Amino acid sequence: MTTTTETPAPATGVEKTNGQRFTGWAANYIDERTSISGLVKEVGRKIFPDHWSFMLGEVALYSFIVILLSGTFMTFFFQASMTPVIYEGSWVPLKGIEMSAAMSSTLDLSFDIRGGLLMRQVHHWAALLFVAAIGLHMLRVFFTGAFRKPREINWVIGFLLFVLAMGEGFTGYSLPDDLLSGNGLRIIDGILKGVPIIGTWLSYLLFGGEFPGFDIVGRLYVLHILLLPAILVAALGVHMLLLIINKHTQFAGPGRTNDNVVGVPIMPVFAAKAGGFFFIIFGVIVLIASLFQINPIWVYGPYDPSPVSAGTQPDWYIGFADGALRLVPPGWEYEIWGWTLSLNVFLPVVVLTLFIVVVALYPFFEAWVTGDKREHHIADRPRNAPTRTAIGAAGVTFYAVMWAAASSDLMATHFRLSIEWVIHVMQILLIVGPFVAYFLTKRVCIGLQKKDREIALHGFESGRIVRLPGGEYIEVHEQLDDYERWKLVSYSDYKPLMVRPDAQGRISFSQRARAAMSNWFFEDRIAPVSKTEIEQSKDHH
Amino acid sequence: MANDHDGTDSKAVGSTVEKYGDNLPSAGTAVVVSDEIPNPGFEPYRARVADLDPKKERQQERRVSALFIVSIIGTVFAIVAYVIFPIVPGDMNSVRLNNLFLGIGITLAVLGIGLGAIHWSKSLMDGHDMVEQRHGTRGTDTTRAKAVEVFTLGNKESGFGRRTLIRRTLIGALVVTPLPAVVLFRDLAPGEDPVPLLQHTLWEKGIRLTRDPSGTPIKASDVTLGSAFHVIPEGINELEDRLEQKAKAAVLLMRLLPEDLNVSAGREDWNYNGIVAYSKICTHVGCPVALYEQQTHHLLCPCHQSQFDITREAEVIFGPAKRPLPQLPITVDDEGYLIARSDFTEPVGPSFWERLQ
Amino acid sequence: MRIGTHNSMAKKSENPSRRERSSGRRHPLATVALLAVGLLATGGAYAAFTTSSAIAETSTAAEAQVEDGAKLFAANCATCHGLALQGTSQAPSLIGVGAASVDFQVGTGRMPLAATGPQGEKKPVQFTEDQIAALAAYVAAQGPGPGLPPEELLAGNGDAAIGAELFRINCAMCHNVAGAGGALTEGKFAPPLVGVEAKYVYEAMITGPQNMPVFNDQNISPEDKANIITYLKTLEDTPSVGGWGLGDIGPVSEGLFIWIFGLGGIVAITIWLTAKSN
Repeated sequence: MTTTTETPAPATGVEKTNGQRFTGWAANYIDERTSISGLVKEVGRKIFPDHWSFMLGEVALYSFIVILLSGTFMTFFFQASMTPVIYEGSWVPLKGIEMSAAMSSTLDLSFDIRGGLLMRQVHHWAALLFVAAIGLHMLRVFFTGAFRKPREINWVIGFLLFVLAMGEGFTGYSLPDDLLSGNGLRIIDGILKGVPIIGTWLSYLLFGGEFPGFDIVGRLYVLHILLLPAILVAALGVHMLLLIINKHTQFAGPGRTNDNVVGVPIMPVFAAKAGGFFFIIFGVIVLIASLFQINPIWVYGPYDPSPVSAGTQPDWYIGFADGALRLVPPGWEYEIWGWTLSLNVFLPVVVLTLFIVVVALYPFFEAWVTGDKREHHIADRPRNAPTRTAIGAAGVTFYAVMWAAASSDLMATHFRLSIEWVIHVMQILLIVGPFVAYFLTKRVCIGLQKKDREIALHGFESGRIVRLPGGEYIEVHEQLDDYERWKLVSYSDYKPLMVRPDAQGRISFSQRARAAMSNWFFEDRIAPVSKTEIEQSKDHH
Repeated sequence: MANDHDGTDSKAVGSTVEKYGDNLPSAGTAVVVSDEIPNPGFEPYRARVADLDPKKERQQERRVSALFIVSIIGTVFAIVAYVIFPIVPGDMNSVRLNNLFLGIGITLAVLGIGLGAIHWSKSLMDGHDMVEQRHGTRGTDTTRAKAVEVFTLGNKESGFGRRTLIRRTLIGALVVTPLPAVVLFRDLAPGEDPVPLLQHTLWEKGIRLTRDPSGTPIKASDVTLGSAFHVIPEGINELEDRLEQKAKAAVLLMRLLPEDLNVSAGREDWNYNGIVAYSKICTHVGCPVALYEQQTHHLLCPCHQSQFDITREAEVIFGPAKRPLPQLPITVDDEGYLIARSDFTEPVGPSFWERLQ
Repeated sequence: MRIGTHNSMAKKSENPSRRERSSGRRHPLATVALLAVGLLATGGAYAAFTTSSAIAETSTAAEAQVEDGAKLFAANCATCHGLALQGTSQAPSLIGVGAASVDFQVGTGRMPLAATGPQGEKKPVQFTEDQIAALAAYVAAQGPGPGLPPEELLAGNGDAAIGAELFRINCAMCHNVAGAGGALTEGKFAPPLVGVEAKYVYEAMITGPQNMPVFNDQNISPEDKANIITYLKTLEDTPSVGGWGLGDIGPVSEGLFIWIFGLGGIVAITIWLTAKSN
């Protein structure tokens, strides 16, 4: 191996500027110590497809960076201690009141540190945006089937990121030890106590004794700034590494195949767009934080088990859990042989856990149903996978009803209804809604597929009405060009599984189950237009 | 690999990049058609104004630069705002202004860069679609063979597969090694049994009912019809674990007409002339059940909307709670102050597994 | 009975002469005398036994006010509350509710009730200040009850910190920590307190309108009521420190905002970002 350290010779006849000379020197210096040129070569011209819905993951990533920056600022001022202190700061209605050091330091950060309130608001708004972006990104991935092979593991990691983000949010807003988040912790205590057998001990363990204790804020702080972010960053790293290895999916289009990626290279366009987008997300969050107040803890006051505010809700991403608790009908608690089984509390926990587990495992379920072991790099249009899209709609409805139920009392006051009526309607919607959403969505998807088929074969209505010599009026249909037609016809089609008895003449239970699922998924399918059909339709026109 | 630069050669799914040896991976129940419509290849490039007209190009350049200059102005403004909008202690308006202008400065600073960069990329940077070929995700057969060889050699040279005793004891050791870490967390909770703690509150015979938060005792004559007093036990404010005790001992005191109360057997002397005291801690998950409607005699919990009927000993009439709120038996002492007759006769607050033990 | 009447009527028609009637035991002026004695007795007893200081004042202005109030009451309130304020199946008794109740209910327009519903709501005031004062004086005259609060307790000179703590413990669960209002059962609600005049806040506390509990002076002392009013004034006078408050109802509006305007705006930006430039 030679160990020459020659810098690349400058282009002959062109004088290098100072900037170019410096860059050349720096690049050489680093490369000689890190082999970074290899990475640059590999990654520098990678192609990223350019669709707006592919940027939702970036929204999450960049808001996370904003969270890290603003959060780091606050760690220099926040005290995660529940030691009682008397507040003597600027907010007069709390002067002289006993509260924890956590609350007091948060008030000082808000009212006595320049930029403190801004950073608090940036952090909290960014957190709301972070989880919202993850949710929307997850929905995009689901509805376009981007979780199929080879991205199943990335889906599971993404799901883990979603849970971690919710955990980060919950631990974060509980840190100031104010009345609103404190009541949230009280509810967590109640939920833990409702867990059979180990519940009482779990609650005691988490709070370091009886509720509220003096430990919980400190413990949540450790989770919030150390453990959860560490796991999150690690998982995020794996998530992005897999994204780079698998490359991004792309929608079907002219020139786009399952074997290529068409779009913009990292250097320079994607770097500019993605880098610029980071600054835009940053700017949008700071703008919102400058103009709109969020979580005014000074109005809530310090946590005390006695007072409570009308309109006590958690941050939006925990809303589905609060709503689930509200929708449980009265009386679901049983005493069995001297033990108390609080199903009114435990059942929502079980149902919600099952729900998110089903979401996490969906790619494996669909892969089992279709039996398709090929790699999929073309994103589906949601209409071309009607059953999957309908299942997604049902899931979203289920989640959304629980989420809406968390604001039942606010709906009552704002829309002049009785809370009892609101809750009863939500209870019915929770059960009936997903089925209705499933049915409607599936029919809409199939209808849209049929329309696409029509347009692909016969063109679209141009709005020009022509009168034929015989007196007949027709609307002229304009044919699509090849590029537009391609988008409508290029999707994968599946047929229901045909089960055949094995050598012993038996059909196993799993085979039968698979056939039933396959039937459910693909019975009502609209096959994509084939070449022969196009030629036939051309003959007719 | 197929030369795919015009995008016409390869099929949509399951193409040659995925060929492993002679086999393509199973397509499952996918319908593989033979006469599918071919990919039409790339559309022709549509030039932008900046591509065609040098004047427009310079205009776009100026716009991009202007955005970057706005960013610089924003940065400067942010720093200036930090200085010229100081916080005057106690003046909330100064806090508001500081927040607003510092924030707007930072917003302009970052938005300028962002919008500038994006405008640059959209209008001036090369706009052609570029293509990159995918590789099959799976390693090639030679690579995989080499990987297999790595492990085969590793196995051979260490004897991992052969030396079953070593292997099994190693796995056993590795599996149990993390367990002390789990045990170490036991001391997150104190040593005592939480169940008896949950079954008792500060209330006992003779403890006076006092106002929350001041702690002043309450006379029976103070509690008039339609009143709702928020109550804590006498002496709680001096305790170090004040909040932990309050989380069990908070009580709501109301007065109804004696004939409106449906008193069950054994509770006849738990109220005093229609004055009743109930635990304020919701039996659902523990929020304070503080909303008292003096005409309907209903208590509403604001967290999950459980409702309790005071005329029927706080029975649950709506919402996810199950058990009625525990009643505190009260009477008066010889000075006329309300006192507890005893502690609650059941654990207060949310239910837990060992509640009836 | 009828026969008797018939007989006496027959008698009368048979003997129309006054002379013959006057030979009965009653003097013609006996009725008048009886009425005079009765009036003197009751009036005197009334004057002797009444304890209300407002009525003990013998100024004609106060009496006139009560009289006005009586007329207004009979015309506008008696249908539901009864002419003697005893209450009917439709409305409670007003005996002992005091001037404070009337000033609150009528002064905020809640009374007269215009429609049936879960509760009487604030609506345009139907009477002038003088009329309200008259009604209040009249009702107060029928039985002692809470009077109008003294001005010094309404000025907002109390301790906002004590007021805030009391507000959180006694009021926030219905009215929300920021006084933004909250839901009660069966379609009822606790109204927002922002912008409500101090005296109405005081009167509501002391009278416990509709389903609001009564916070008598032994529960929350007059000084503490003033402290609570001071706190509410502080909230009103202090601008939302962090920017626009989005209704002060907490995480629900914040979540809706971030989804609709935050994420919505950002999606719009991504569509612009990835669109082909012209």
